[in-house]
Amino acid sequence: MSHDQFEVLSNQAVAACAFVYFLVFLSHLAAWVTRPREVAAATPAAVSTGTAGGVAVADPPAQDTVGGGSDRADLWKRIAVSLTVVAAVIHLLALVTRGLAADPVRVPWSNMYEFTLTATWVVVALFLVTYKRFKLAWLAPVLSVFVLVVLMVDVLFLYEPVVPLRDALQSPWLVIHVLAAITATGAFTMGGICSALYLVKDRSQTKHGTARGWLASIPSLDALDRLAYRWHAFSFPVWTFAALIAGPIWAEYAWGRYWGWDPKEVWAFITWVVYAGYLHARATAGWKGRRAAIVALVGLATLWFNFVGINFFFGAGSQHSYAAELIVRSVGG
Amino acid sequence: MTDVTERVDRQAEPLPPDLGPVALARWAWRQLTSMRTALILLFLLALAAVPGSVVPQEGVDPQRVARWKTDHASLTPIYEKLGLFDVYASPWFAAIYVLLTISLVGCILPRTKVYWRAARAQPPSAPRRLERLPEHRVFEVPDDEGTFLERARRVVGKDFGYRVRGDDAAGVVSAERGYMREAGNLIFHLAILVVLVGFAWGALLGFKGGVIVVTGDGFSNSVSQYDDFDPGALFSAGSLKPFTVDVKKFDVRFITKGRGAGSAQKFVADLGVRSSPTAAETDTRIRVNKPLNVDGTKVFLIGHGYAPHITVRDGEGNVVTPKSTVFLPESADFRSFGVVKAADALPEQIGLEGEFYPTYAFTQATGPFSAYPDAKNPAISMLAYEGDLGLDSGDPQSVYSLDKKGLKPIRDADGKPLRIDLPMGATKQLPDGLGSVTFDGLSRFVRLQVSSTPGTGVALGGTILALIGLCGSLFIRPRRVWLRTRREGDRTIVTLAGLDRSSGGDLAGALDRLQRELDPAAATAGTSGEREEST
Repeated sequence: MSHDQFEVLSNQAVAACAFVYFLVFLSHLAAWVTRPREVAAATPAAVSTGTAGGVAVADPPAQDTVGGGSDRADLWKRIAVSLTVVAAVIHLLALVTRGLAADPVRVPWSNMYEFTLTATWVVVALFLVTYKRFKLAWLAPVLSVFVLVVLMVDVLFLYEPVVPLRDALQSPWLVIHVLAAITATGAFTMGGICSALYLVKDRSQTKHGTARGWLASIPSLDALDRLAYRWHAFSFPVWTFAALIAGPIWAEYAWGRYWGWDPKEVWAFITWVVYAGYLHARATAGWKGRRAAIVALVGLATLWFNFVGINFFFGAGSQHSYAAELIVRSVGG
Repeated sequence: MTDVTERVDRQAEPLPPDLGPVALARWAWRQLTSMRTALILLFLLALAAVPGSVVPQEGVDPQRVARWKTDHASLTPIYEKLGLFDVYASPWFAAIYVLLTISLVGCILPRTKVYWRAARAQPPSAPRRLERLPEHRVFEVPDDEGTFLERARRVVGKDFGYRVRGDDAAGVVSAERGYMREAGNLIFHLAILVVLVGFAWGALLGFKGGVIVVTGDGFSNSVSQYDDFDPGALFSAGSLKPFTVDVKKFDVRFITKGRGAGSAQKFVADLGVRSSPTAAETDTRIRVNKPLNVDGTKVFLIGHGYAPHITVRDGEGNVVTPKSTVFLPESADFRSFGVVKAADALPEQIGLEGEFYPTYAFTQATGPFSAYPDAKNPAISMLAYEGDLGLDSGDPQSVYSLDKKGLKPIRDADGKPLRIDLPMGATKQLPDGLGSVTFDGLSRFVRLQVSSTPGTGVALGGTILALIGLCGSLFIRPRRVWLRTRREGDRTIVTLAGLDRSSGGDLAGALDRLQRELDPAAATAGTSGEREEST
């Protein structure tokens, strides 16, 4: 296959996996609609006794009782998980062919479109890898919608045709630094989703006394909080490596300074400090729940702003802007 | 990290009591080193870093700062007072990180002392009633108490890596693990200090300079040779290594076909380097991402452009310009802007200002533009001025701009400003016997960045150490387990219980694994005895 054909294949794979993610969402919808009534009615009570007794409920009660007369809902859930795997495989195919489409062949994360494509895949992969261990079935509908929306935004607004790698990006550190940054971004995003759901559920509980509807079927506040912490505890060292070790080493080779307060570096630092504050507050000041979730979302906001905002708003002022030719900017000023 | 309860009394202190200066100082120290203050300072640091990404920074891009200042005349004095053009060297930014550092030290010192004792301490002895702990197991073993306890000590201590209390009472095993968590935490905080030292070292003693060198020329590493030079506060010019660099050749390859055509793919500069004026010359080659290292000073290729040979002959026929003039690129297609100053021209000084196009193209709609970054059809388009270039006034002047105070445009026969549009090799006569302008040839220039940042290794080592410590403090889980045995008739009943000192661990799983080792029945049956589920 020629490079051009690979590019077409990649684009088609993106469309196909987006379609399958949509099917995943529909399957979850079907599972929700066909869920057994009595379980739905019992759910809020189960959650409230669970938290009141100081015993955290790690998995949604609905899942525990799935065996009892909810065969159809169970089937839909299995279909949804299988489809998620299928979508992830097609998504991966889109990434691989995107890399093969370039001449010479390269890693598929050299511009915003490719970064987003890879980061969403990392989110899905992290989800599937931890699906069993963290009992994440409840997260699947949110995740499929999230990934679908991000992919749509990516294709509509960020798409760029495949071009060869610029000289400045031809370095092994492109693989190490950017891959670590993508992984951390994906994992921080998972943590952020948990924190956001915590806040939504928390609000609904204070308002109505108990969580209702779908919110009742997701884990308890306590479990959400702990899950969010685990994601952040994983992401933070990875981010530290990406932004404060691999990044500076590459910057030292490429630009002759390991830290130059370039806007991208400033915001990577801000993100690091905010998440450090999150972990610090949890560990020493005992911040949990709502306050911790808000800090986590501030951190996620700075992370995404660094990705989107710096490239678009500070383009001319940042050496990390992949809109303008780097080598020109550093001469022309 | 430290237990919450240990910190509460330090945090909750009220306003300073009416005390003497010593007590007041102690109170202030306690406030500063409290966890709450550290947290506030941390968030303040994040907030304070923001303006540096919004306002152009002196240390990052001085040219953009200058442009910003001309565009915002009324805001500039306010911003200057606030240090907003150099946020990361401003007193208020320094205040935050200095306070944070003091807070850090004030936090690490006492905790290191506490840890020094705790790290060698025996695990606490078992609570009287282990059944009251939320996570416990009760099972029966065939062995007698003595044999079982001996085995249990071995399994818990050797196989599972717990520290076992040496002076346990009869029928009891007390054990703890995860002592390295606090060590990791302390290492992380200490490592941050190491990073700060490395960073400060580089910032104080290092330098960064930029120099534009036309191919065929060279430069020697002394302050006067640099176009811009940014030394650290304690930098001394004597510490510059006395090397010289000749730029022999510069190759740039542009993509000519397909998508991405016009973007540069490869830059290579061939250099001749002498480490001292008397040393032999060695040939070397630098590229983007592949700098040259001369005795710890690094030379980077960070840009390139064109230096057209524009020759001005004055009214008397003398050549009054240097061979080549550097034009600064303005766009990705290398339309470049430059100025020629013929100060020795007679009868009048002559100045040229305008653009260079490596691949000249013209349409009515766009005017002249460069169609391609490589030099396929080089041309210049400049306006000519006569009069006083202002070079004798003593004020420093940029070589890239023309001071037009004492100049007036040279006009053509129609009275319009004279435009000098020349393809390479052509000449244009100036009116009124002022002379002529010839576009003779073309060279390329490279922009080199020369920098020395001592302490880089220290900073890197510190960051790696911080990462290791961080992982320790996040992923090592302090855990205590206890065992009690009792005889009931001829049976040995074991109660096994555990307590996690950090959240998020799988205590139940750990106890299950331990039980499987200790209780042959559980290992074969795969079931535990009495078990209460909790996470």
